[in-house]
Amino acid sequence: MIAPPPSGPVPWPRDRAHAMLADMVRIRRMEEKCAEVYGAGRIRGFLHLYIGEEAVAAGAVRALAPEDNLVATYREHGHALLRGVPMNAIMAEMYGKVEGCSRGRGGSMHLFDASTRLIGGNAIVGGGLPLAVGLALAARMQEAGRVTACFFGEGAMAEGAFHESMNLAALWKLPVLFACENNGYAMGTALERSESQTDLCAKAASYSMPAMRVDGMDVVAVHEAATAAVARVRADGPMFIEFRTYRFRAHSMFDAELYRSKAEVEEWKARGPIHTFSARLKAQGLLTEEEFLAIDRAALAEVDAAVAFAEAGRLEPVADLARDVHTPGAAA
Amino acid sequence: MSRMSYREAMREALREALRADPRVFLMGEDVGRYGGTYAVSKGLLDEFGPERVRDTPLSELGFVGAGVGAAIGGMRPIVEVMTVNFSLLAMDQIVNSAALMRHMSGGQFSVPLVVRMATGAGRQLAAQHSHSLENWYAHVPGIRVLAPATVADARGMLAAALADPDPVIIFEHVQLYNLEGEAGDAPVDIARAALRRSGADVSLITHGGSLPKTLEAADALAADGIDAEVVDLRVLRPLDLETILASVRRTHRAVVIDEGWKTGSLAGEIVARIAEEALYDLDAAPLRVCSEEVPIPYAKHLEDAALPQVAAIVAAARRACGRS
Ligand SMILES: Cc1ncc(C[n+]2csc(CCOP(=O)(O)OP(=O)(O)O)c2C)c(N)n1
Repeated sequence: MIAPPPSGPVPWPRDRAHAMLADMVRIRRMEEKCAEVYGAGRIRGFLHLYIGEEAVAAGAVRALAPEDNLVATYREHGHALLRGVPMNAIMAEMYGKVEGCSRGRGGSMHLFDASTRLIGGNAIVGGGLPLAVGLALAARMQEAGRVTACFFGEGAMAEGAFHESMNLAALWKLPVLFACENNGYAMGTALERSESQTDLCAKAASYSMPAMRVDGMDVVAVHEAATAAVARVRADGPMFIEFRTYRFRAHSMFDAELYRSKAEVEEWKARGPIHTFSARLKAQGLLTEEEFLAIDRAALAEVDAAVAFAEAGRLEPVADLARDVHTPGAAA
Repeated sequence: MSRMSYREAMREALREALRADPRVFLMGEDVGRYGGTYAVSKGLLDEFGPERVRDTPLSELGFVGAGVGAAIGGMRPIVEVMTVNFSLLAMDQIVNSAALMRHMSGGQFSVPLVVRMATGAGRQLAAQHSHSLENWYAHVPGIRVLAPATVADARGMLAAALADPDPVIIFEHVQLYNLEGEAGDAPVDIARAALRRSGADVSLITHGGSLPKTLEAADALAADGIDAEVVDLRVLRPLDLETILASVRRTHRAVVIDEGWKTGSLAGEIVARIAEEALYDLDAAPLRVCSEEVPIPYAKHLEDAALPQVAAIVAAARRACGRS
C-alpha cells in the first residue's frame, strides 16, 4: 500500500524551507534538461534519472558536514549537485567535456569531486559499500571525526557486498551511514520478487545495527532523521536508514517499463516530493506562488547557464588518451 | 535459412532449447519481467513461465553458483550474467567451481552449465561497463569459451553448448545485437574457427565484435590491392590452432585484432602460438591491434581512440605487407 502524501507542519524557518525546496527544484530541472539533451544526442551512454527521489538527497546531504564523505551510485546527479559540485561541472561531465568534474572520462555514472569529498558515482551495484567501510575505517584510524554516508538502492541489498559491508561496519563500529534509497524496483525487479525478507530494517538489524524507515518523499522527515542519524553515527558507529521513495522515470534511458503499471506511477506522483512540500509550505504561509516561481526561474537559469557552459566546453585532446591511468611520479 | 537479427537469433536459440529439453532453464537478472537487458529473452517468460525463465535478485555470485549446483544436480541451466563487467562478482564460482569441478573430483562430477554474457565497449558506457575480458576466462582450463560473431553462430552455438557436458561461456558483443544476417536451425560446430573471407596476402585474425570492423578493413584493403583473409576465432578456448596456422602458412603474414587490452591479451597468446609453430612461414612480424592501455573513457572521441578501429586494422595490415 502506498502511504498518503506527506503532510503536517514544517518545523523550519522560512529561509531553510526555501533552501530545501530550491535544492529539490534544482535537481529536478537539471535532470529534465539532461533527458532533453540526451534526446538530442548531446549526452550519451547510460543516464539514470533521480526524478521523484529528490527529497532523499535534499534532506540527507544537508545533514552532512563538509568534512564527511559521500559515496553514491550511478543515480547520483542529485547527490553531487547538493554536495556542492557546480552544476556547470556536472553538465560538462555529461557532455564528455574536459571541464567536467571527472574530465569527461566518467560521464553520468562517475561524478567525482575530491574537494567536496564525493567519492564517486559507482556503476557496479553494491560496489560503493565496501569502499564506504574502508573510508570510515581510515577516518576512525586517523581520528578524523568524519562520517561516511553511503547511498545505494534496495537492489544492492541482495549482493554479497552489502552483507559483508554491514558486518564489517558493525563489527568494527565504523562511522558509516548506510542510506538505502528504496524505490521499489531494481531495474524491472520489484522488491518482493528479489528479497525473501522485504522488511529491509529487519535485515539491517540482524547485523546488530540500529535501523529505521523514513518516508523518502518527505524532505522534512528525511532531513530530521538524517541529522539525528549522522550525529549518532559520528558518536557511536554505523546505522542504517531505509528511505521509501519512487523513481518516476525509466530505470535508464532504455526501458519499456513492462514491470509496473501507469496507475502505480501516477499514485506515487501524487506523493511527489516537490509539490507536496510546496503545498505544505503554502498552507503554513511559508511560501507564496510568487516565491515558488522565483525559485523555479533561478533553477532554470542555472540549468541554462550549465548547458551553455557544457556546450562551450573543450574536448580533451586525443593525444592525452593515456593520462590518469597511473599517478604522475609513480615508478616508470 | 531465414533472415533475422543477432538478438532474434539468440532468442530463437533459447526458445528452441527450452522447448527441446525440460531440464533447460534460463536464469539471470531481469531476464523475465523486464524482458532482458538487451531484450534477448523478451517474450520467453510468457511462453515458459517463471520457473523456467527465472528472474534472480542482484546476486551474481549466488545465482551463477546456483547454476553450477543445478548443473551438477541434473539440470541444464543457462545462466545470463547481464554483462562481463558484473561477472567479476561471479568469477569465483565460474573459475573455482565450474571450471575445476570435474578435475578435482577425479572425473566424478561434470558441470553442464552454459553462461551467457554481453561483452564489449562502444556505447559510451564508461570504464566499469565497457570491459572485454574474454581472455580472463579463456585462460582457465575446464571451460569452453565461445564468441559468436555472426547471426548464424548466435543462432546455432547455444544448442551445441548445451550438448557439451562441461561449462561453456558464450560472449555476446553488445554491438552485434542489431546485426542482420541469415541463420539455419541446425546446431553449429563449436570446435573450429571459420574463414570469413579468403585472401592471399595477410591473415586478419579476430573474434566477436571486432569481426565486422575487420571485414570492413579487408574491403578497404582490397581496394588498395591487398587481398586479406579473415579468420573468425569463434572458439576462444580451446583455440583452433590448425585453422589459424593453416591461414598464416598460406598468407605468410598475420595481424590479430582483439578488443582486449594488449598486455596479457588473447591476441598475445595467438601471436605467441604463431611464433612457436609457424615462425619460418612468416614474411613479416605478426602484429596486434588491441585496445589502448587505458580504462575505456566516457567521452566519445576518447572511447573511439581507445578501441580498435578500421583505420588501425588497415594500417597494421599495410605495415605487415610492407606498405606504409
Ligand atoms: C553488479 C551489477 N549487476 C548488475 C548491474 C546492472 N544494473 C544496474 S542498476 C541495476 C538495478 C539496481 O537497483 P537498485 O540497487 O535498487 O537501485 P536503483 O537503480 O533502483 O536506484 C542493475 C541490475 C550492475 N550495474 N552491477
